[in-house]
Amino acid sequence: MAEEKKEAKIVGFLCNWCSYGGADTAGVSRFKQPTDLRIIRVPCSGRVDPLFVVKALESGADGVLVSGCHPRDCHYSEGNFYARRRLEVLKRFLPFMGIDPNRFEYTWVSASEGQRWQQVVTKFTEQIHNLGPAPKREEKSDR
Amino acid sequence: MRIGVFICHCGSNIAGTVDVKKVAEEAKRFPHVVYSTDYMYTCSEPGQLEIQEAIKKEKLDGVVVASCSPRMHENTFRRTVEKAGLNRYMFEMANIREHVSWVGVDKEANTKKAIDLVRMAVAKVTLNQPLFPKSFKVNKNVLVIGGGVAGMQAALDCADGGLKVILVEKNPSIGGKMAKLDKTFPTIDCSICILGPKMVDVGQHENIKLYTYSEIEEISGYVGNYEVKIRKKATYVDWTKCTGCGLCMEKCPSKKAFDPFNEGIAPTTAINIPFPQAIPKKAKIDPNYCRQFIKGKCGVCAKICPVQAIDYEMQDEIVTEKVGAIIVATGYSLFDHTKIKEYGAGKYLDVITSIQYERLLNASGPTSGHILRPSDNKEPKTIVFVACVGSRDKSLGVPYCSNFCCMYIAKQAILTKDHIPDSQSYVFYMDIRAPGKGYEEFVRRAQEEYGVKYIRGRVSRIFKRGDKMVVRGSDTLLGTQVELEADLVVLATGAIAEEGARELAEKLRISYDPYGFYIESHPKLRPVETNTAGVFLAGACQGPKDIPASVGQGSAAASKVLSLFSKDLLESDPQIAHVNEMLCVDCKKCIQTCPYGAIEEKKTPMGKIVASVIETVCQGCGLCTATCPPGAIQLQQFTDNQLLAEVKAFFHA
Repeated sequence: MAEEKKEAKIVGFLCNWCSYGGADTAGVSRFKQPTDLRIIRVPCSGRVDPLFVVKALESGADGVLVSGCHPRDCHYSEGNFYARRRLEVLKRFLPFMGIDPNRFEYTWVSASEGQRWQQVVTKFTEQIHNLGPAPKREEKSDR
Repeated sequence: MRIGVFICHCGSNIAGTVDVKKVAEEAKRFPHVVYSTDYMYTCSEPGQLEIQEAIKKEKLDGVVVASCSPRMHENTFRRTVEKAGLNRYMFEMANIREHVSWVGVDKEANTKKAIDLVRMAVAKVTLNQPLFPKSFKVNKNVLVIGGGVAGMQAALDCADGGLKVILVEKNPSIGGKMAKLDKTFPTIDCSICILGPKMVDVGQHENIKLYTYSEIEEISGYVGNYEVKIRKKATYVDWTKCTGCGLCMEKCPSKKAFDPFNEGIAPTTAINIPFPQAIPKKAKIDPNYCRQFIKGKCGVCAKICPVQAIDYEMQDEIVTEKVGAIIVATGYSLFDHTKIKEYGAGKYLDVITSIQYERLLNASGPTSGHILRPSDNKEPKTIVFVACVGSRDKSLGVPYCSNFCCMYIAKQAILTKDHIPDSQSYVFYMDIRAPGKGYEEFVRRAQEEYGVKYIRGRVSRIFKRGDKMVVRGSDTLLGTQVELEADLVVLATGAIAEEGARELAEKLRISYDPYGFYIESHPKLRPVETNTAGVFLAGACQGPKDIPASVGQGSAAASKVLSLFSKDLLESDPQIAHVNEMLCVDCKKCIQTCPYGAIEEKKTPMGKIVASVIETVCQGCGLCTATCPPGAIQLQQFTDNQLLAEVKAFFHA
């Protein structure tokens, strides 16, 4: 049991207008969630450089989550389309870097979808716990 | 740097599940932190004073507040630090309420998470730069989308305040849903009698430019400088000539056209003026029914029109207007009851919707205000009203309450008794919701004075027996089945988002909820603002509301615009992209990516061609920053280094 309680290190990049608001809505509605995730606020999911995700995974993250506005509902009209393209490519590219693509997900949560945010966090945290801690990158590169 | 950290208890909201003392204690050990404390309510006046005193005493040049969401109080604290002489952008917030204390149950884990978030905020603020806003000129015209009662009120208030208003309505006349109503609750005022004069005011106001039968094609720009393309749909009648005499309607041979104003309860002519009080009172042709369009010959209206206004060749026209602010008042639609099979799915003529019934009650309606049921034009004696048809029903995807149905059912039942004194009305309801001034008393009157029988229960089936409609349902107060034989059944259809609401939101770059209603900036404190600067909401497009609430919001939105326009210059948000000219390789990727056209090329004094950001146009999305190969263009306050510093701070505790 004690081992199960150990937290995973999960980073979330959330756009200010939809998903960060959705996480706030979840908070205001007291939708309970696992405590592993640390949220970083960005203006738009399109601001997320895929390298951020890679850097986070390389520096010890067990999982990275990016969440933006639903496609066609972007505050900046088309930012999440760029995000979707970049992050989909990244997800397919991760195995070539020796990273399990299941450690990274991107999703869309609007400011009103507090309950959906709760489900996203719970599911992703569970997914990362099932994968276990990420293998140490330095050790891998030694081989 | 010298950074101060302030941890808020928020009463017990944070302190209840986070060890705030420990967070404040831990924060003292973070790099650059010279001062750290906790306080009961940091946003209170003494709480803010404490920050200001610490800035002066400890000579702080960066501040981190760990409290609620930055979406709540970022501006409050930015002003606080500014008053103490610090640049307002030398401030960061750690959200330890919405993202920690309210969602986690384990105090130990919450405390650890809060410490991490504070460490990340400290790491970020270390790299913050002082930023200074630029000012730009404002176009003081306002666009109002939607000519229902909310939009009309907003347009009139803005126009009276001296602003030029562009009012766009997609129907041929303004007036909205209210123009269709017979009476209004709880005063039984004649709806068009109180709305009509307002419509005339809008039509005649020198500051209001009216585009009816028009829709928004495209919106570009930003607060203070929007450019709007409006599609004027072809009416096939030259409105500069049409006098609204109505002769064409009398002579038109195509008399079976669908009448949207009468909700299809009776037909109209292919060329028609929607209703007698229409503003503008002009005719238009429905090409789906006009013989000239279907068969290629007729031309009766063209021959008869005394001013030769008919033009069968007319095309849609696109016009462009420039405005500084936009009020969205697009209203709502009604639930389509034909989706409900057990209620006959629209196949029974004598099962009608409440808005259709409203037209039957109305003196200018198809029956001249006599209640005659559609199947045989007989006067109904037993009328059954069914509440919550398409509201409060998860299985139909409409879990919310439509707000005003309970009230209009009571009104329609009272009017029924007035029209047909020997009639009996029944209402199937779930709960009676009458929370307005004089509303509860009004429902009571319907029950006690007018003898309307209220049955608490849902209707399971409606079917035909002879020339009667049988309504089968339950009475949950008596715990029994009920079966009523009715002459007419009226379904109180719930409010849903207006058709096209989502597409319009995408053009406006505002958000909508899962049902298509627009989302306001804050559910309690910013009810008519959106998260897009310069775009405001009024009326039922934000959620179902009755007439007084819509009018109130119309005025509220207008006052927001008037206060926005009270200054000649607006300040732009300086959290925008900035080009490092040394690094820029002029690849033009940022120029292609920018959704606002905010990046152009320029020549440096050294003769190098580089990208350059137009500061008042940039909206700070950061798309360019994630695109730039050498990392030359950086979104200030969200630079690569700042975001990576946050990531690093999480892992290297």
